Amino acid sequence: MNRFLQTRAGTWTGFAAAALVLFGLAPLLLSGFRLGLLAQFLCYAVVAVGIGLAWGRGGMLTLGQGVFFGMGAYLMAMHLKTADAEFRGGPGAVPDFMELAGIRELPAYWAPFSSPAFTIAAILVLPTAFAVLLGLAVFKRRVKGAYFAILSQALAGAFAILLIGQQSLGGFNGLSRFRYFFGFTLADPVNQRMLYFIAAGVLLSVVAVALQLRRSRYGELLVAVRDAEERVRFLGYDAANVKVVAYAVAALFASVAGAVFVPIVGIISPASIGIVPSIMFILGVAIGGRASLVGPVVGALAVAWAQTALSEQFPSAWTYAQGLLFVLVIALLPGGIASIASVARRFPTKRTQVEAAA
Amino acid sequence: MPLRPTPEVRGLARALAASAALAGLLATAACGARAGEETVATESCVDTSGDTVKVGSLNSLSGTMAISETTVRDAIALAVAEVNAAGGVQGKQIEIVAEDGASEPTVFAEKAEKLIREDCVAAVFGGWTSASRKAMLPVFEDNDSLLYYPVQYEGLEASENIFYTGATTNQQIIPALDYLAETGVESLYLVGSDYVFPRTANAIINAYAEAHGIEVLGEDYVTLGSTEFSTIVNQVKSADADAVFNTLNGDSNVAFFREYANVGLTAADMPVMSVSIAEEEVGGIGVENIEGQLAAWNYYQTVESPANTAFVEAFKAEYGAERVTSDPMEAAYNSVHLWAATVEKAGSFAVADVQAAADGVSFDSPEGTVVIDGDNHHVTKTARIGEIAADGLLYTVWESDGPIEPDPFLEGYDWAADLAVTE
Repeated sequence: MNRFLQTRAGTWTGFAAAALVLFGLAPLLLSGFRLGLLAQFLCYAVVAVGIGLAWGRGGMLTLGQGVFFGMGAYLMAMHLKTADAEFRGGPGAVPDFMELAGIRELPAYWAPFSSPAFTIAAILVLPTAFAVLLGLAVFKRRVKGAYFAILSQALAGAFAILLIGQQSLGGFNGLSRFRYFFGFTLADPVNQRMLYFIAAGVLLSVVAVALQLRRSRYGELLVAVRDAEERVRFLGYDAANVKVVAYAVAALFASVAGAVFVPIVGIISPASIGIVPSIMFILGVAIGGRASLVGPVVGALAVAWAQTALSEQFPSAWTYAQGLLFVLVIALLPGGIASIASVARRFPTKRTQVEAAA
Repeated sequence: MPLRPTPEVRGLARALAASAALAGLLATAACGARAGEETVATESCVDTSGDTVKVGSLNSLSGTMAISETTVRDAIALAVAEVNAAGGVQGKQIEIVAEDGASEPTVFAEKAEKLIREDCVAAVFGGWTSASRKAMLPVFEDNDSLLYYPVQYEGLEASENIFYTGATTNQQIIPALDYLAETGVESLYLVGSDYVFPRTANAIINAYAEAHGIEVLGEDYVTLGSTEFSTIVNQVKSADADAVFNTLNGDSNVAFFREYANVGLTAADMPVMSVSIAEEEVGGIGVENIEGQLAAWNYYQTVESPANTAFVEAFKAEYGAERVTSDPMEAAYNSVHLWAATVEKAGSFAVADVQAAADGVSFDSPEGTVVIDGDNHHVTKTARIGEIAADGLLYTVWESDGPIEPDPFLEGYDWAADLAVTE
């Protein structure tokens, strides 16, 4: 099965099956509400694909993807709020939450976000550029391992605290109450389904990009840096540049995910991007299997789905069930859900060996 | 280190283009209403044909807010049990669907939508932080459903789809300032957590102070959950204000009051007026650190009225004699009874009928009679200043002359003209 998926025909089959499920089966079988939830989970999966690349392939434990997710989300939210204000009050109108906070004039840094093109460009460029700068500063100094993990986590914490202090970005409450998405009414169920399709399309595209990076020469180099950074350096490559690319791509994925997340969920606040959400991103990847391509996707979807299903079933005790689930997976499937096939294969082999010995 | 163009690369570039095209096609093929067009409102799926009708109870049962919000869940359950024991609403028994908001705004939005669209509840009771209410508001408006929100908050909001049964600022903060002014306070120091409620409250306090000749000597914010107060408490001490106005929330209060007692400040020389400390919180802070300090609410467990005696007795019988009742619990308890009374008056569970019938609906609540204002969906409330006693309970030292009409946008106060923004 795994060997088949690595062939060209297998890749196409895999994508076709995924597209069939995401674009065909899911909208048919799920109610509008469940489809909206799935769209939200797909955004988490997009972040997870990026983490799979940076951590699983590149060995960089990025505990702070919430920063990039948050950047994409806030940039999109700023556009939705300005567009909303303009629709109600004409150009330069102040978004509703600012009126309540006593801000009478649109802050200068908000103004460009009334343009959709500028917003999309910002979502693609700003977080990526930030990741490149940060990556250069960190990896050129050969900061790695636990030090990098702690640094990235601290960044997520600091970013959330910074946002809480910004009254012109909604502070602790964040930004919410969006009415339109590029001119479409968000309350309309048809448009909500459109957002789901966008999320599904983004996920497939992101997986395709990650697959291409894995199979390219760059992908081999990235794994080499993960496993033996010194040797790669002795061969004449700049290991820092290799890492920066993977880190920046992961940041780009997270940012796009955040941007799609905002119109789907309808709110972005510091609570969704700080240390705890950043760790939840990592948890999904760890549970799914960080080194494989679909492992992070499966893990992110499984963790989010389990959280919703368990909390609906046991509103006051679901956190225990979720904790138990994590312990079981880590103890029994250290390679994640993606390794379940190989683990299952190992068991009969062992038994045959034992029988043969007896 | 150039990327080598392999067959896979070209193939996947095609795959990428194909999936993007597919998504684009499906998206445009399924285009809905554009801005300005009328949208088809989602049909309500509330089923009132059976013997029971469902309502939602949405509170944080996990995360940092769980300690406060589980008490609200208990109060909602008690009120529903009472309504059912009295024959239900419109002859139908009420069934609670409980969900966990997990102290996260996004989860509140998700669960609210689930309750409305999947469980088809007639109304939802719950929410605590302003962030959770702001996250739920668009969900209730888009799906045209009802939320009963039971906690005092920063005002400046009125939604057709929300009933606010806690105090707005003119029923809590302004009476607290009136009380302080009456007792001769001429200078204040403001300490609060850094989020919308303390910031809005302090904006109101500053405007009030300017109009009434009170001097504000300092205004400090800490991040939610912060427990480092030595600098702030020392600044408070050296500022030597007549009183401190405290809008801290949660754990920070524990650290603040311990530090306050630690540097030798007492209620006698510099009283602290708090707006987020109720019976539940006093135990956590330690009575010895906070005895004699003041709080502003609309309800205390010690309020003397037949309705409150019955409420406290019923609550303790259900959940244990060691439990206490607090203002948000009482407001949540009221909200269920107010909803039931409104449905009876309307003769219907439909949202539009409930909204139309709401004006003037009253309930003889533990805090006194509360009446719904049909215009802004708030309720009339009696303001009470309480003093924390050695037994950990709060006792009323001052109360307003009867219930105060809700004024969420502070339109009745000249000095607040710059603050109030009507939507």
